[in-house]
Amino acid sequence: MTGVAYPLELEPTDRPMVRFMNVSKSYGDLKVIKHLDFDVAEGEMVSIIGPSGSGKTTVLRTLMTLETINEGVIYVDGKPLSHMPRNGVLVPADERHQRRIRSSIGMCFQQFNLFPHMTAIQNCMEGPVQVLGLSRQEARERSEELLTMVGMIDKRDQHPSRLSGGQQQRVAIARALAMRPKVMLFDEVTSALDPEVIGEVTGVIRKLVAEHNLTMIMVTHQMGFARDISDRVCFFYGGSIEEQAAPQALFGNPQRDRTRQFLSAVKEAV
Amino acid sequence: MMLDWRWDFALAILPRLLAATISTLLAALIGYAIAMVLGLLLALAQRATIPGLQRVIRELVEFVRSTPLVLQIFFVFYVGPQFGINLSPWVAGMIALGLHYSCYLSEVYRAGIDAVPRGQWEACKALNLSVRRTYLGIIFPQALATAVPGMGNYLVGILKDTPMLSVIGVAELMHAANAIGSQNYRYLEPFTLVGLIFLFISLPTAGLVRLFERRLRVGLGLQT
Repeated sequence: MTGVAYPLELEPTDRPMVRFMNVSKSYGDLKVIKHLDFDVAEGEMVSIIGPSGSGKTTVLRTLMTLETINEGVIYVDGKPLSHMPRNGVLVPADERHQRRIRSSIGMCFQQFNLFPHMTAIQNCMEGPVQVLGLSRQEARERSEELLTMVGMIDKRDQHPSRLSGGQQQRVAIARALAMRPKVMLFDEVTSALDPEVIGEVTGVIRKLVAEHNLTMIMVTHQMGFARDISDRVCFFYGGSIEEQAAPQALFGNPQRDRTRQFLSAVKEAV
Repeated sequence: MMLDWRWDFALAILPRLLAATISTLLAALIGYAIAMVLGLLLALAQRATIPGLQRVIRELVEFVRSTPLVLQIFFVFYVGPQFGINLSPWVAGMIALGLHYSCYLSEVYRAGIDAVPRGQWEACKALNLSVRRTYLGIIFPQALATAVPGMGNYLVGILKDTPMLSVIGVAELMHAANAIGSQNYRYLEPFTLVGLIFLFISLPTAGLVRLFERRLRVGLGLQT
């Protein structure tokens, strides 16, 4: 932590929901995130696109504390997540601190990761009952509401093995929302799905964007979808943001060569 | 050579053998209970991030698995007193048997836990579940489904290893049969009956384990 001053807490006047401040992450010699500065405002929907290996998924994983960072500080709602204040300086966060801060973050995965030994509604109730301390009755009501929202209420008592990929992903979204996170992370949530069921998952996310003021960060390969619903699109390349803009600007008039190359390569593939 | 099988003798010694069977079952069950708990502790200790502990446990497990059970039984029973640890044959036998099988079971548990996909751990973290709840509510139930067949094998295994306790004088089935044989100078009937009794216990046990595994998988929703 040399050369850069990291505040113990962000000023109220400059307090995005998420801030990556000079964050680097490497696996051995391989640097996957390089000195990343990245802000996401409250209520903003940001899409992250880019070639594989550009670090886009790692951004979400470090924010969910599934990976630790090697440099810099991540702030959530103004408070440090990767670090904690001790005696007036920031030190790497312990498990307890991370647990407290990450309670405001929810995540959906490419492979859904539902608990296979629990039904759809049990999956949704697990966090509220075990972590938030809700009564089973309250948790059930909240879960039923969310399963209705994602169109899965009639499958509430099915185990994941009886559900299609699209259905599992919708339950996974309901499960994450049941924790009432301030920030939702979507990590290639449609990549493992058959083409004909992608729409049922993107439909749910569209609904979330339209009806809720959630802060969302989405890594996706669905360029059309990203263009439709994002407030901002970030093109990642080589572990940092190569270009970012409103979707119309980024897709319609990309400024950087690499962005243009990537977008035309993606277009070829469709 | 004629097969000289005497039914009257076989019938006469059967009650004594069946009484000893109770001891055999008791030894197997107590030994297995110790092994299940100790094995779990060993498996979890190997996942702990305490420096050095993982290596020490690994070596211990390797050591116990690479040396004969009989030696371990002798060691606990005969070498213990030199260190002021005087144990009855039963207690020494249960410690040796439990320790021996805990090392095997710890490997079964470990394989079961390792078989749970990484995504399950990540989902637990994303839901902010406590470490305790992650293990008890999410990981163990899934690991158990993988571990049950291996656990069943060792349940039958520990049963078949109880005769080794006879070397330190635990009055189980083998010990009783041997005593009957030397008292009457007839070994055919007692040892044949011992074999049959083991068969009658082992076969249904293996079947029950398979049944339990199926029911568990269905109960967990992993199989329909």
